[in-house]
Amino acid sequence: MAAHTSHPAEPLVRIARRKAAPLSRKIAVRAAAILLALVVDALFIFFVTGLNPISVYVVMWGGTFSTPVRFSWAMRDLSTLLCIGIALAPAFKMRFWNIGAEGQVLVGGLATALIMVYFGNSLPAPALFAAMVLGSVAAGALWGFVPAWFKARWNTNETLFTLMMNYVATSIVACMTNIMRGQASSLGTLNKATKAGWLPIIFGQRYTINIIVVLVLTFAMYAYLKYSKHGYEIAVVGESENTARYAGINVRRVMVRTMLISGAICGLCGFLIVAGKDQTISTTSAGGNGFTAIIVAWLAKFNTFYMALISFLLIFLERGASEIASAYSLNEYAADIITGVILFFILGSEFFINYRLIWRGHHKEVKGE
Amino acid sequence: MPNTQYAIRLEHITKTFGDVTANHDVTLEVRRGEILSLLGENGSGKTTLMNMIAGIYYPDEGEIYVGDQAVDIRSPRDALALGIGMIHQHFKLVDVFTALENIALCMEPGEKYDLKKVRSRARAICEKYGFALDLDQKIYEMSVSQKQTLEIVKVLYRGADILILDEPTAVLTPQETEKLFAVMSNMKADGKAVVIITHKLHEVLSISDRVAILRRGEYVGDVATKDADEALLTEMMVGKKVELDIDRPLPVNPVRRLSVHHLSVTGPEGGKVLDDISFDAYGGEILGIAGISGNGQKELLEAIAGLQNADGGAQIQFFAPGTEDKPTSLIGKSPKDIRDAGIHLSFVPEDRLGMGLVGSMGMTDNMMLKSYGSGHSPIVDRKAPRELAEEIREELGVVTPGLNTPVSQLSGGNVQKVLVGRELAASPIVLMTAYAVRGLDINTSYTIYRLLNEQKKKGVAVIYVGEDLDVLLELCDRILVLCGGKANGMLDARTTTKEEVGLRMTNLQQTKEVRA
Amino acid sequence: MSSLIAWILRAIPFGTIIMYGAMGEIVTEKSGNLNLGVPGIMYLGGFAGFASAYFYENSVANPNPVLSVLIALICALAASALGGLIYAFLTITLRANQNVTGLALTTFGMGVANFFGVFILNGSTYSAAPLANKAFAAKIPVLSGLGVLGQTVFSYGFLAYAAIVLALVLHWFFTRTRAGLNLRAVGENPATADAAGINVTKYKYLATCIGAAICGVGGLYYVLDYNQGIWATTGQIEALGWLALALVIFTTWKPLNAIWGAYLFGILYWLYQFLPSILGITMSSAMTDLVQMVPYVVTIVVLIAVSMRRKKEDQPPAHLGLAYFREER
Repeated sequence: MAAHTSHPAEPLVRIARRKAAPLSRKIAVRAAAILLALVVDALFIFFVTGLNPISVYVVMWGGTFSTPVRFSWAMRDLSTLLCIGIALAPAFKMRFWNIGAEGQVLVGGLATALIMVYFGNSLPAPALFAAMVLGSVAAGALWGFVPAWFKARWNTNETLFTLMMNYVATSIVACMTNIMRGQASSLGTLNKATKAGWLPIIFGQRYTINIIVVLVLTFAMYAYLKYSKHGYEIAVVGESENTARYAGINVRRVMVRTMLISGAICGLCGFLIVAGKDQTISTTSAGGNGFTAIIVAWLAKFNTFYMALISFLLIFLERGASEIASAYSLNEYAADIITGVILFFILGSEFFINYRLIWRGHHKEVKGE
Repeated sequence: MPNTQYAIRLEHITKTFGDVTANHDVTLEVRRGEILSLLGENGSGKTTLMNMIAGIYYPDEGEIYVGDQAVDIRSPRDALALGIGMIHQHFKLVDVFTALENIALCMEPGEKYDLKKVRSRARAICEKYGFALDLDQKIYEMSVSQKQTLEIVKVLYRGADILILDEPTAVLTPQETEKLFAVMSNMKADGKAVVIITHKLHEVLSISDRVAILRRGEYVGDVATKDADEALLTEMMVGKKVELDIDRPLPVNPVRRLSVHHLSVTGPEGGKVLDDISFDAYGGEILGIAGISGNGQKELLEAIAGLQNADGGAQIQFFAPGTEDKPTSLIGKSPKDIRDAGIHLSFVPEDRLGMGLVGSMGMTDNMMLKSYGSGHSPIVDRKAPRELAEEIREELGVVTPGLNTPVSQLSGGNVQKVLVGRELAASPIVLMTAYAVRGLDINTSYTIYRLLNEQKKKGVAVIYVGEDLDVLLELCDRILVLCGGKANGMLDARTTTKEEVGLRMTNLQQTKEVRA
Repeated sequence: MSSLIAWILRAIPFGTIIMYGAMGEIVTEKSGNLNLGVPGIMYLGGFAGFASAYFYENSVANPNPVLSVLIALICALAASALGGLIYAFLTITLRANQNVTGLALTTFGMGVANFFGVFILNGSTYSAAPLANKAFAAKIPVLSGLGVLGQTVFSYGFLAYAAIVLALVLHWFFTRTRAGLNLRAVGENPATADAAGINVTKYKYLATCIGAAICGVGGLYYVLDYNQGIWATTGQIEALGWLALALVIFTTWKPLNAIWGAYLFGILYWLYQFLPSILGITMSSAMTDLVQMVPYVVTIVVLIAVSMRRKKEDQPPAHLGLAYFREER
């Protein structure tokens, strides 16, 4: 046994892949991650501001739930974020990194705004809305098509391509709003007098249509991915292009088609933002939702109902943080910090679902030496 | 007790991946100054075991001793520090680097970065053993045998007291193999320990001093090479004396089903991976295709299946039953075109989970991989696939927790049953299989042979690409030998010999003779 | 002529900011990590440098410019390296998805910088660190007075020259040193590097943290030199961060190309302001908005051209964006 004294240390901890973790573990790990993140955030709040974190969280809760108006705002923001997440789902399921949602939303919104401005007084309402929807969908689809075509044809890196397309979109939007505003200092609300192209108020709520559209999309996309032939093809292509070719799936066509859909839904989201929410367009109309939605879509593993849950969590945090900001005269950037910390924890927690740790000492020594 | 005559000793090593036990309670030692052959079927755990010595995997249980020291090999770095070198089956080379830069990656810790010195030392190694290697060539421009040569030079550059070679000769020419064997003998003479993993029994017998055998992850035993012959080794490897004894009915009324003429395929690097292949396949027979892996078998089947583009001038014709006088050309047709043309062509590819099946999907969803598109509805129909999956599970005895369990979680044999089951369910006229029994246990292998023979009796033209010559000789009716992408003879499997096939796999014959 | 000079005088400092960002990201990406957190990291670096200089100047009676520069640099390097560390821990140790983690880091970095930035500003719309700004922006004495040459070549703060030196050093590092070779191997093929005895995890961690620190200098240069020591909570740094990522593609992952590429991007960025006056035309403000997309369009064109040429040496590191797990089968 002399050899054992000079035995070098077994690694402190080793990592092995876990097969399929049971649902209970998945839920427990994620809940623990969010709880831990909230504790970290509470520490941050306490040390920076000296405020009692518990009461801060109570105020935060009020950001979404204190009044019906607040809640409707939260639902409005939720619908925007979720809509983009839904748009990204098929692309991500195909393992196509569409980082360009921000730009796709912007061009969709721009198309809507242009039609509102230039046809708002000449077209009857149904035709106007039809034109707005078609225009926004076409613009978004085009923005999705370009990188997809190059990826399909030349295998051009889509992550970087779609990222760059965001800024091309931003420039075009800046240019067009500049033209639309003419001599005015800013574009302001479109068709303020006529309200042409504004989505109507339903049930006394301004955002009803936005919410309904996104609700329908949530179910539709879930069904599309799970039950349609297209969805099946997307799943095969995402898993292995070789298998897809073997199965006779035209990989290029599926890639382009899926990105057309992804871009089109982003464009539609642009329509909802301009016609149903802001009634104007600017370079910040998408408000970073295009990037946040990437995280939402990824964390939800392309399941649109999980996406709704995660979107709600993020919107709840964001609204809560701005509530804190106004209540304690902090600034709203606190929301970014709190969101960032929570995202870090959720991202990190995936590890504990997919892998297990083997600690030193668990390694069984051989007996009978 | 520890003994210094051993270079390395493994005691009671166990390693599992998820539910799969790759090695169970393996005890094995390698002596100084000996060449040990590690023999076992595919999937018997040889590579996993060696990877634990090389620091790629860490054992779940057991001890490793180098000399008489118990060691913990936590990384390849630890292994290298202990003088353990390994040539992996899959090349460990950086594609965009030159050969020289790849060698430089293997410098000793603390060695000064001086490429001139690396170059002169590498040159010296090449000259000493007679390896031809352009040190300034980029890896992506190299052939597989050049890459393998570089791997050998790399390990010699670093130097090793214990050298492990995982199937190093699979892609080497006979001449290169001989050079490698010279290297191994040299190291042995220097008192170093060499372990070679190979399937080629004649190599085992000619180079090694001792043979250790693994079966299904467990250590079976060892035998001195001088006391061994092929029959004994095969018996130890598979557990019982193999009277392969595969049923081989005579072809009944063979009808031409597939005709290939002047088929050439240009590889991604520009060279011809298939060069002017011509042959016919008949219904009611099994046509074997033999060759060292990487000599065009994959491209041949993929070109027929519409997954590779054939060069101009090639003809691939399919003769459907009833319309034998009006063949359909398969050239330029995608797999979908072939299916849409009503051609029953089934293909069991080599890469089961990377091409034949979708690993993350269950049996049901995998059943519809080729048929999901039928009908006009935009919704997939899962009813028929589910029934088919249930049928295959019953008939072939697929062990799975459920029809929706991802097939990547099944064992290798069950994965292959799912794949073969689906391909047979499509009632093929021509059935192509690539390495259909690779990595499978004997029982599953026999199930596969039986299924292929059933197809043959049904009048299906079966094309069987295999690596085990004994199986090829007993299962097939005719054997086409591929060598360097060229057809190197069509042999009658009933009359030819193993030596003849082996010779043709490694040495190109006169083209005229092949044609005859 | 004078507007051409003015153009160059704008383009080079602008290029310097994104050159730091791009060089940092090249170091990171060479290890196989695609860090989309560059904007966030530049925020962290810029803010930490600014805040430390600001506090130093306001708490010491006679602040020393050299000390001010040192403090700002060290704080910027440390803060951005810390940002890199968060990313490294999540993606390397916990194997989180790189794209998503990077985006979360951008959100977080922007949040931290702006939250505390507003805290420091305490109501006023901007706040200056004049001494640090003067020290960072000091021109080279004597040489900068030598006519046109002096004006266009020698009249920038020292960080502009340091960036060029750093590019040369990085080039030397990647092509002439063992650590550089090892790092490239890690990004190309971590399994090979691992088998050769290279500590993949260590290289990835170091490259990510050092790369982030270099990115952070870009943010520092923006705040304390380019932006005249003013901290303003605009989205400008974010846009610069994405542009730095674009520049990485443009350089095809080669530090030497970052020098001229960065200045070219600077020239393209300021195209809208100077080209019309040089050509003697007037450009509508709408057109100037449109011209701002030129650097991004150029990047897209390069990206497409590189993918069409398929030259192996111009491709991204082969393992970019993927986690490495030795025991993966």
